[in-house]
Amino acid sequence: MDDLDRRLINRLQLGLPLVRHPWQALAEELESSSSELLDRLHELLNDGVLTRFGPMFDIDRLGGAFTLAALAVPEPRFETIAELLAAMPEVAHNYRREHSWNMWFVLACPSEQAISDTLLRIERLTGLEPLNLPKEETYHVGLYFPV
Amino acid sequence: MNPTLSDHQSLQLRRLLETGLPLTPRPFQALAEQIDASEQQILDQMQDWHEQGLFRRVGLVVNHRALGFAANAMLVLDVPDALVDEVGRRLGQAPGISLCYQRPRRLPQWQYNLFCMIHGRQRDRVEAQVQALLEAHLLSDLPHQLLFSTHLFKQCGGRYATPAGVAIDG
Repeated sequence: MDDLDRRLINRLQLGLPLVRHPWQALAEELESSSSELLDRLHELLNDGVLTRFGPMFDIDRLGGAFTLAALAVPEPRFETIAELLAAMPEVAHNYRREHSWNMWFVLACPSEQAISDTLLRIERLTGLEPLNLPKEETYHVGLYFPV
Repeated sequence: MNPTLSDHQSLQLRRLLETGLPLTPRPFQALAEQIDASEQQILDQMQDWHEQGLFRRVGLVVNHRALGFAANAMLVLDVPDALVDEVGRRLGQAPGISLCYQRPRRLPQWQYNLFCMIHGRQRDRVEAQVQALLEAHLLSDLPHQLLFSTHLFKQCGGRYATPAGVAIDG
């Protein structure tokens, strides 16, 4: 990654302008050319440095139900339960965190009912009672990774 | 005048956009050709959606680990109910906080009701940053914990979790 890649990533995190020739507009800002920028973006996506380029839809407006949940998993069972969750289509991602509540995962389901059902299923399968921590208020969403 | 897209075309456009924006010099023209519309109609529709808040921006999802943001911490605080909105808004605006939400307490197992995500490059830097943040906002005395992630087991495999482009954060 060189300086232009970095400037491109930082700039695109703020959004591509909604105009006919958006890359030309960006090329002027970044003192490059549209074909160069597109080549760079293509490469960064292929390399897996970026995982997506496009509109970032607001989850709250798309319908569906979401929650953050946690389990306190005994250490010897950790890997097995992580695999069990990984196989469930409702589980969007799953982080190990340093805490007695050591497994933190997000559920994405078509309805609130499906969230409850899924949590109940996890409890039955694991014998562990999950914490269910749905969002009650959003104060800030602003993922930005300056590179 | 540009007629607006038909419902069918809007739906088609939504579907196309879920896979991302075409990587071409005129992406909106490329989308227009696929749904038999004009470039201007696409731009108008996307502007509308943007203004309605359906999407925040046409932007990127970065692989934050690949970019060196390996220290992902969740700061949780137990804030008195009467103060949580104010504290949430203040912390949400603080530099370095990428997400800030109120979530329910689950007593007696879980006492914390305010959640902030911090992504940094180094653990000790994130710890220092959180310390400074709490001091600056006079919150150091509130019960709080910092939970670092050590391993990501799964990222967005879910059936509903991949209306792609959604930052799934529960």
